[in-house]
Amino acid sequence: MSTSAKLKREMPQRYRMEAGKCTTCGYIAFPPRSICPECQAREFDTVILPDEGTILTHTVIRVAPSQFTDEAPYAIAIIELGEGARVLCQLVDCDLEQIAIGDPVKIEFRRIQAEGKSGVLFYGYKAVPA
Amino acid sequence: MRKVAIIGIGMNKWGELWDTSLRELYTEAALAAMDDAGVARVDSMYIGCMSSGLFTGQEHLSSLMADYTGMAGTPATRVESACNSGGVALRQGFIEVASGMSDLVLVGGVEKMTDVDGGMATYALATAADQDYESFHGVTFPGLYAMIANAHMARYGTTREQLAMVAVKNHHNGSMNARAQYPFEITVEGVLDSVRVADPLRILDCSPITDGAAAVILCPLEKAKEYSDKAVVEIVGSGHATDTIALHSRKDLSWLGATYTAAQRAYAMAGCKPEDIDLAEVHDCFTIAEICVTEALGFFDKGDGGPAVERGDTAITGKIPVNSSGGLKSKGHPVGATGVAQIVELTEQLRGESGKRQVKNARRGLAQNMGGSGGSTTVHILEVK
Repeated sequence: MSTSAKLKREMPQRYRMEAGKCTTCGYIAFPPRSICPECQAREFDTVILPDEGTILTHTVIRVAPSQFTDEAPYAIAIIELGEGARVLCQLVDCDLEQIAIGDPVKIEFRRIQAEGKSGVLFYGYKAVPA
Repeated sequence: MRKVAIIGIGMNKWGELWDTSLRELYTEAALAAMDDAGVARVDSMYIGCMSSGLFTGQEHLSSLMADYTGMAGTPATRVESACNSGGVALRQGFIEVASGMSDLVLVGGVEKMTDVDGGMATYALATAADQDYESFHGVTFPGLYAMIANAHMARYGTTREQLAMVAVKNHHNGSMNARAQYPFEITVEGVLDSVRVADPLRILDCSPITDGAAAVILCPLEKAKEYSDKAVVEIVGSGHATDTIALHSRKDLSWLGATYTAAQRAYAMAGCKPEDIDLAEVHDCFTIAEICVTEALGFFDKGDGGPAVERGDTAITGKIPVNSSGGLKSKGHPVGATGVAQIVELTEQLRGESGKRQVKNARRGLAQNMGGSGGSTTVHILEVK
């Protein structure tokens, strides 16, 4: 469920992968946070996450929620992007049976979903084999 | 703090109950618990429910359920913590009696899930994940637990067959439970041949969509005998903890940190250790969950949860029987009711009323209820006096 305000609000993360880096301990917050969960400091620098990483774990979704039914089966992975930053996203342009933990991937800007009857398009990040 | 006893339990036969409404489900279980305790009214009520709004369009369960249990006027509070709603409701009721604020408290849990289709049910359940950073990308709950499974298998060598053995064991136990949604046996081969949902999990690794409710009545331990002549069961430990909502924010993807912390708190309050527990009801929403939970509770070392199932350690006749009720897998998983139904099962076991699935010499039981991919957990320890 989205409104134009919500879409605009999330652009820095979905389009540019903006994160917060704690100026005290270096913790990477994606999305940005107001307080560091590691050291409770409240000062962050804005950083852009690296676009290369490795697969920590993965799955292939075969029974999908309603807005993704047409795309199933598709892969989802949790990816380590360096400095402890992690994201969960789809893994595309790959052989679904050959995905392995430790595989290198690259982050790309892609279409994620089209919402409901209005067909509003959502864009964001997906991973592809590096 | 006063000591707290459970003096009444109630639960319906669970399943796809197309002829029974949300309020009827709850009222049936609540009245059964009140009859079991021999009380006509309570001082206060907690209702665990995850998402009656999305499943049926009905919120404001505090008013609705007090009204339909014939007690409009009574304070009532609806509690939400995803699939851990029932466990948190129990803890709130426990705190209210322990504090001296109320004497008789009804704790119920309910979920009416089959008034919507499968796609909508999947959507409603996925609201327990991080909407913007998990669900947005198309991951489902089976998908999140599948990723926990892959991480656990890669790290510890847990096998696909061991996952299946959890489901086979729980269906065996559930086949002896008249209230279970799926009271029949399954085989390892049957699990491995069932439809793929989210690799490596198949449909027989997953708990079902269920309509159901459960309820218990709490009172101060010192007054338990005034109400009931049944064996008195005391809540001797209560632990509650949270973790990050997003699975990917956790340092160890094969470890349930909130379950570990909640268990440590419950053990400390009860003054006991994992080896002092005679049986446990745990949150096997997916087969891998039971394996991870039994490790986090301290029943087995990290990585030994899979081999433990294979050894039969968690069978009713094993070292530490887990999910004698059939668990979420066979008994069903009406999300808000699950945490309360675990207490119904343990109380029955500790009273020695469980018939064919009775655990021998059951004196102390543990219940673990969990929300989302492990973002919230409650652990309660019960003892028969």
